[in-house]
Amino acid sequence: MLEVSNLACSRGDHRLFSGLNFHLHLGQIMQVQGANGSGKTSLLRTLCGFLVPDEGEIVWRGERIRELAEDYHDEILYLGHLNAIKDELSALENLRISAGLSGIELEEKEAVTALRRMGLRGREMLPTKVLSQGQRRRVALARLLVSDAKLWILDEPLSALDVGAVALIQELIAEHLAQQGMVIFTTHQPLHVAGIEMRILSLS
Amino acid sequence: MKKSTMLGLLVLVIRRDLVLAMRRRADVLTTLIFFVMVVSLFPLGVGPEMDMLRKMAAGVLWVAALLSSMLSLGRLFSADYLDGTLEQMMLAPQSLSMLVLGKMAAHWMVSGLPLVLMAPVLGLQFDMSVQALGVLMVGLLLGTPILSMVGAIGAALTLGLRGGGVLLSLLVLPLCIPVLIFGTGAVEAVTSGLSIASHFALLGALLILALVFTPWVTAQALRISME
Repeated sequence: MLEVSNLACSRGDHRLFSGLNFHLHLGQIMQVQGANGSGKTSLLRTLCGFLVPDEGEIVWRGERIRELAEDYHDEILYLGHLNAIKDELSALENLRISAGLSGIELEEKEAVTALRRMGLRGREMLPTKVLSQGQRRRVALARLLVSDAKLWILDEPLSALDVGAVALIQELIAEHLAQQGMVIFTTHQPLHVAGIEMRILSLS
Repeated sequence: MKKSTMLGLLVLVIRRDLVLAMRRRADVLTTLIFFVMVVSLFPLGVGPEMDMLRKMAAGVLWVAALLSSMLSLGRLFSADYLDGTLEQMMLAPQSLSMLVLGKMAAHWMVSGLPLVLMAPVLGLQFDMSVQALGVLMVGLLLGTPILSMVGAIGAALTLGLRGGGVLLSLLVLPLCIPVLIFGTGAVEAVTSGLSIASHFALLGALLILALVFTPWVTAQALRISME
């Protein structure tokens, strides 16, 4: 499905990685490992198409992602360091808008159900500026519940989350993989998905 | 769950930006108050000579509109850039140009349309005739969307730069000179009894050109800024 060949990427004059090859098939999960500054985020952003690689190709279903453009965007879900949440809007409005931007019109009921599963019962209507860091992260992660994207690209999904939320994210990832989804993620915290072989990509 | 259409996405972006503007009312009001203040300072500074005021009315109102629309341009993309929404917009399954067009439309409704509606009231301070006020309004109605659209290119190019606000004005103001010339020209033509058709035709042509090209150019500029 996703094939990356001979990928090289640099920021400024500094070469982050080069000659990177890997492929990811349905139902597979891959963790990108590396020290701070080794290019994990840059790799994920390159996979999203934000950054243009210096060399190499990223191919999705046999076609280059540059050429697929919007068709590719329809099939991926990216969750970066930034939550993409507006302080002035409520959790419910935020979720409906971010789902809308990814091409899904969400009914209020569906959005409320997703937020409740993320442990935000009773806080659906509050402006997100009164929520804690972890709760905002949960609002952002609620997108995982309402998305139909095949490939999840998650950059540090566990930051600011408590033990309960981490368990929930592991559960969501396991469900997604069981439905033939794919996940690429980075993390500095341990993340275990039962019954699935975790592939590791090390950047040095 | 339903898939959203291109039009649905456009409406979503416009509605979202309008809701956000309503919740941050101070930002909208500063633009409008700036416009009112600048225009009102001229009669006070120049003195009550009706002939002089009437002659400079169109120019003052247009320049003030130009400057006050610059004020709000800096915020057009920066909030979305800082909180990561812009990343999500670039990953939308519809073309980025369409989302950019939505943001431009919302920006005009919030910062351009109020100027159009306020202009006749402010024009009275300059003893403008009813006819001239009408022409001024139509001119602004055609011209302010162009300011929002051309300004969006500048806003996208200066995204994330320090001191981007000043640079933005330096980039965008020269590009707005044709709009200023034809807008004030129309008012001058009607006061001296000439035809206004050519001025409006040219403003209309500029508006259509801007509608066709600026969303795409802005989208490309945003992609460059995101790298």
